[in-house]
Amino acid sequence: MPLWTLFGLLEGRQTTPWPLAKGNNGQSGVIGMPRYHPDLCCEGCEACAEVCPTGAITLRPGAGEGGRFDVDYGRCVVCQLCTEACPTDAMTPSSDWAFGVSNRADLVWRAHPERAKAAQGTAQRPFRRSLHIRHVDSGSCNGCESELQALNNPFYNLHRLGIFFTASPRFADLLLVTGPVTYAMREPLRATYEAMPEPRWVMAIGTCAVSGGVAENGYACGHGLEGVIPVDVYLPGCPPNPAAIIEALLMFLERAPQRVRGGQVVD
Amino acid sequence: MQKPKKIAPGQLEGAANRLLNRGGRMQMVYAWRPEPEQIELRYVAHEKPRKPFSVWACRPSKPVPSLARIWPLLSWYEREVTDLFGFPFQDQPQPEPLVLLAGAEPAAPPFDPTYPAGVELSVSASKMSLPEIAGAEAAVQLLPFGPVRADVLESAEFLFVYIGEAILHLSTRLFFKHRGMEKRFEGTSPGQAVILAERVSGVGTIAHALAYCQAVEAASNCVVPPRARFLRVLLAELERLYNHLHYFGHLCHTTTLKVGEAEGKLLEERAKQLNGRLTGSRLLRGVLALGGLRRDLSPQGWLSAELDKLREAFAGYAARLEETDSYLDRLITTGPLEREVAFEQGATGPIERGSGIDRDLRRDHPYAAYADLPFKVALRDAGDAHARAQVRMDEVQSSIALMQQVIDRLPDGPIREPCEIVPRSEGLGWSESPRGTLFYAVHFDADANLARVKIKSPSFSNWRAFPFTVHQTNMMDYAINEASFGLTVAGCAR
Repeated sequence: MPLWTLFGLLEGRQTTPWPLAKGNNGQSGVIGMPRYHPDLCCEGCEACAEVCPTGAITLRPGAGEGGRFDVDYGRCVVCQLCTEACPTDAMTPSSDWAFGVSNRADLVWRAHPERAKAAQGTAQRPFRRSLHIRHVDSGSCNGCESELQALNNPFYNLHRLGIFFTASPRFADLLLVTGPVTYAMREPLRATYEAMPEPRWVMAIGTCAVSGGVAENGYACGHGLEGVIPVDVYLPGCPPNPAAIIEALLMFLERAPQRVRGGQVVD
Repeated sequence: MQKPKKIAPGQLEGAANRLLNRGGRMQMVYAWRPEPEQIELRYVAHEKPRKPFSVWACRPSKPVPSLARIWPLLSWYEREVTDLFGFPFQDQPQPEPLVLLAGAEPAAPPFDPTYPAGVELSVSASKMSLPEIAGAEAAVQLLPFGPVRADVLESAEFLFVYIGEAILHLSTRLFFKHRGMEKRFEGTSPGQAVILAERVSGVGTIAHALAYCQAVEAASNCVVPPRARFLRVLLAELERLYNHLHYFGHLCHTTTLKVGEAEGKLLEERAKQLNGRLTGSRLLRGVLALGGLRRDLSPQGWLSAELDKLREAFAGYAARLEETDSYLDRLITTGPLEREVAFEQGATGPIERGSGIDRDLRRDHPYAAYADLPFKVALRDAGDAHARAQVRMDEVQSSIALMQQVIDRLPDGPIREPCEIVPRSEGLGWSESPRGTLFYAVHFDADANLARVKIKSPSFSNWRAFPFTVHQTNMMDYAINEASFGLTVAGCAR
């Protein structure tokens, strides 16, 4: 019988001090959403819109401020095809992955987004130090689950932040949904939401849950949570990494600022 | 790929029997439409190692006989063809919906040309069909579980029929997550479709995208440059590494070995962080492309040392697991899968190798640079949960050794060759994913657009074999047994 506890102790502390203190968030080298620089865009070129597999970049009728394209990060699957197709670096790779927002409109690029305002006494405040989450997979590729499961590994150790996953929706404050919502999962998802006591909130994790992602427009999927249940926090990504999920959870609890406004990092 | 052999409906049973007798193995059957009004069935079979897969093409005018009695593993594929194409098989032993939820009953099957574009299926109350229970009904209890399960788990529905601790029967419904991904490929540009393939099964990003790319490359006679072929092996093995490490963390979770769970998950996290550092994506997305890679990778100078650290940490971890009675007691003799059942039901990957079936596509049908990279295929014959875990344990070691070879021998040169799509061409691509045999069959139409993509995923095969290890066992072992299979639902449901 080996001495597991002893070997465990010998490993030393493996949990990152981040996000409570300065430290490694574990995402060194990880690529996030492409950055849009409308001023570098060439007239007549639509290379980025043509390669985008999910219609996140669309030509806007009538030029205005903010360039010729509507860029919706709620539809972006982080595939980077646009950054490779763009001949002028108007779309560039970045490490902007902390894309959790409470207003869907903040995922769409706009010129001159205002800076974050200080949050003021919202309903979730009483849950700041203890939040219980029920997760529902509404038809994901299992990529988001892989990263959600990572939250409880010793590196991120989500428990230390007072955030727990719970088995029953009856004990849950927050419903965390992944996947594009398949026709077969729509009712089980609604039933889970209905089973939660109020007040209750919903977080859409991953681009599929936000807008449908790559499975959208097929015979078996809709457009994510849109029109199914109300959403309080949107976190696109394919999948969002564990640090992005932690940032979004802390943002929801008003323990961290929302970093993205108008499709760009302002914080 | 070998040219498909035309076969008349009346010859199917004879051909299936001969394949069995000469030691081949059926892989799958799928349907596609060469013309809007014409359905063609494609049977894909393994003949011998290092010989091309054989493909039979059958254009039936009326229902063809089910081959499920000769090749039980075909049963699910036939039912999928019936669900999606509306094409029935005579004497199908289980003629009920599989991929579509009972009660969905669309006006036309989703792959029928008359199925209205952009219309989503709908279903209201859908109940699982139950086997009839005869005898001591009073003592028999039913435990429904899912589709929303406990913890962070994929959605699937299970129904246990049990007496006390003993499980009599397990019914499953695994297709709540069916996204219709195969249909989503149709009409997508072949290059963009790599992005789709990466998202069929998240933890099989490389295996899926690689099989897809290789299918298209086979169709267009595109030769991938050596550097890209070696780097593809590196990516595929990195994927195997983090998946197998996850497996041990989860297996320890079910055997309630807490420190073992934490350590397994920590090792997985380290592997994922290496993925992020090498490719920019923890799940290795956005690297593969038709004809090679989208961009060059630089593993030299750092990755080897990191892998060495992981190898050493894993070796200690694995040795401790193998000395832990509480862990071993729960795995040894649990969920036995007989070699014969594994073969008949189509079990694949570490599952069949744990039941003594010596197959591995990397060695038997080498792709990428595997032909140049010697490795030993892990094999056990006990067929229990422990054997399945031991196969994966060996594979972690051989995977790291393979990667070290790649890093040592990585050739210089270009990483991508243009891939010119040939109209009306077709190709078969495959990879040995962390969970087993994965196939992509692609067909292009007259305009060189994707007309049909069929995905044969390992979890589809292994979920079919899984209930055979559950019947006549007990409830306490169930979670451990399921973890020992290491299945995904997304890959199965697609």
